[in-house]
Amino acid sequence: MIEKTLKGKPAYWIWLAFLGMFMAIGAACYVRQYNFGLGMTGMSRDVSWGLYISQFTFLVGVAAGGVMLVLPYYVHDYKEFGKITILGEFLAIGAIVMCLLFIMADLGQPMRALNVVLHPSPNSMLFYDAIVLNGYLFLNVLCGWVILTAEKKQVKPPKWIYFFVYLSIPFAVSIHTVTAMLYCGLPGRHFWLSAIIAPRFLASAFAAGPALIIIACLVVKRVAGFDAGRKAMNKLVTIIIYAALLNMFFVGLEFFVGYYSNIPGHKHALEYLFFGLEHNGHVYNNLVPFMWAFVILAFGAIAVLATPAARKNDFVLGLGALMLFVAFWLDKGIGFVLAGFVPTPLHEITEYIPTVNELGITIGVWATGFMVVTLLYKIAIGVEHEVEG
Amino acid sequence: MDKQRRKFLKIAGASVIAGIGAPAIIKLSASPALASGGHAAPAAGHAPAAAAHGGPTEEAPKGVRLGMVIDTRKMNADQGLLDNAIRACIDAHNIPEIPSKKSEIKWLWKAPFENVFTDASGYHGSKKITENDFAVLCNHCDDPPCVKACPTQATFKVASTGIVAMDFHRCIGCRFCMAACPYGARSFNWQDPRPYIKKYNKEFPSRMKGVVEKCNFCAERLALGQEPACVESCKGTDAIVFGDLNDPKSEIRAVLDKEFTIQRKPTLGTKPSVFYIV
Amino acid sequence: MYNKGTIIPGLIIFVLFVTFPIWFNGLTTAGDLPKPELPPGGEKQCVASAEYMRANHMQLLNEWRDDVLRDGNREILEIDGKKYPKGLQTACMACHSQKEKFCDSCHTYAAVDPYCWDCHLTPNETASKEATH
Repeated sequence: MIEKTLKGKPAYWIWLAFLGMFMAIGAACYVRQYNFGLGMTGMSRDVSWGLYISQFTFLVGVAAGGVMLVLPYYVHDYKEFGKITILGEFLAIGAIVMCLLFIMADLGQPMRALNVVLHPSPNSMLFYDAIVLNGYLFLNVLCGWVILTAEKKQVKPPKWIYFFVYLSIPFAVSIHTVTAMLYCGLPGRHFWLSAIIAPRFLASAFAAGPALIIIACLVVKRVAGFDAGRKAMNKLVTIIIYAALLNMFFVGLEFFVGYYSNIPGHKHALEYLFFGLEHNGHVYNNLVPFMWAFVILAFGAIAVLATPAARKNDFVLGLGALMLFVAFWLDKGIGFVLAGFVPTPLHEITEYIPTVNELGITIGVWATGFMVVTLLYKIAIGVEHEVEG
Repeated sequence: MDKQRRKFLKIAGASVIAGIGAPAIIKLSASPALASGGHAAPAAGHAPAAAAHGGPTEEAPKGVRLGMVIDTRKMNADQGLLDNAIRACIDAHNIPEIPSKKSEIKWLWKAPFENVFTDASGYHGSKKITENDFAVLCNHCDDPPCVKACPTQATFKVASTGIVAMDFHRCIGCRFCMAACPYGARSFNWQDPRPYIKKYNKEFPSRMKGVVEKCNFCAERLALGQEPACVESCKGTDAIVFGDLNDPKSEIRAVLDKEFTIQRKPTLGTKPSVFYIV
Repeated sequence: MYNKGTIIPGLIIFVLFVTFPIWFNGLTTAGDLPKPELPPGGEKQCVASAEYMRANHMQLLNEWRDDVLRDGNREILEIDGKKYPKGLQTACMACHSQKEKFCDSCHTYAAVDPYCWDCHLTPNETASKEATH
């Protein structure tokens, strides 16, 4: 089936070349970082995790969102999702590949990455994260490939694959729960030390993942003539709206806990994110525009997606989905990780601004993920077309 | 595919997975943390006291647990003491002096009261508190969150001394320990440190880029019967007292019996080994 | 054979590429065998015999590393009357002080690039920024 990636319209090749260019730039930037050290990024002693880990955190959520197609179709027999579960699984593969690349880019000694396997540490949440992320990747590759092959041969998938399909559902929940547990078990970081982190992660994942799937479906409808079906799209919109509302509710609860109790430790990170934090005569507020953009885009997206037009008009649907994806990227990919380091454990404030080299690597990894998804979608849609005749 | 070939592939695949997974499983099942039996893992230090909450009814802890009492009254009276201690630490361990705040590496340093003791009230603080800087270093906690967080056990608790140690050979530079430390005690080598080392101590290595480092309670000096560099630099003044917290007859316990001390962020339950007389 | 015009040249290029190390220096001259120079201080005794060290020095160093760092076992070894602390920088480099003439000669020949000296100081390195007291 891989041969389906080798034939395509000129637009396909131009898109791959476009992505390839960013991948090459990213690779060159990574070589510079590998030779000099992570000092080439904007990270510092006080903000020791930056763009790489924040993107990783967001993309784990996007990967988990694939389960929002698998669960209704395989467990609850919602037939309308039948055509697009493969798209969800392949998107999850792309997202996990990006996650793993971001982690490798962030390591100070990447050549020693296998130490996590050679010296298993059941006390560390990173150990479990490595297991569930790779496990989920393996499950999606296996299930996607076997079921697509069965589709191609016009036979029912083999019975044993369903064990792995059902297994991928708790794995999807676990990848994001474990990633949340990286943060919510650390005693020194008050912004992250909250039981609601894992539910918040899951809610935002189940909105952002399907939003990206909607965008992907609209794109393949345009360029490859693959129609997912109005009913499937509308059901996804419903899921996204509820998940997004839940996420905003959870954020609101964080605000209540911080501002009603007025305890500085619970308030400071939110203050830094949304209003700017004053310290020693200087106001630190470089993330404030991003966070308000998140709020406006999120509520705007929910409003757009809730209108009847979103269920009839592809442009409105795509706009709403894009707004939501960007909003939650701002929330998790920018706000959540960076604010955990402000203020520092010594109640000092250091702000973080990524360097150009760092952005180059980040964009390169995103381009790699998009390329993986493009190639896999080419295969999936190629098979669909072949089967439909 | 013919049946024989499928069978072969199935067996080959299963063997590969077993071969890859076997070492990890053997290592995990041998790990004392998972082994059945009463005694605690070597990495956890003493066992009984960990179960008890603080208070006079704690069981007698076992083993050596090194700790430090910093007499801030003496340090405030003579500002040079802390500066000498910091210099001694830097010289003993080839610590680079990087001018940028972004990439700086510090094992022992000084900071104002409200930064060091975020849980204590600096509200209407005394002159002594507001005008002086206080020593900051790794607390070598009894229940260290950094050790819990490390995915490779590159940072671990040494059973025989209670020191939270670092194995720079194993560190992958993920910086999870830096996120986990509630005290901001850890630094990362964002670049090759050697250009910033002013002079070398030939008895101790430097570190490479991409690993995390922090105060190690001078384990290499303790092995030679010496005191930690910072303690030795204040010799005779008793500004820093170092010893075995578990030995009721030690000098450090005598000091702790006599003086009122505070610790950094005690409510987090990390049980730090560094005490401050204020 | 189909596509003979592409396959035969391609095969030849591939074989040349794969056998590059063999023919590049001329088929008869192999690279010179490494000649590590013995310690400048004249010491003849090491923690183990030369054959053992040649084969196992990395294993030994790893054992020492885990002993010292992870188990806290810093006892001084006494071998044939001579005392050795367990460490690359403190024991090995004390005699084999010329890394470039000893360690590097074999490592370069074997195309091995150990990162020991990224951290562990050599006497030359230390002399460049000697502690004054």
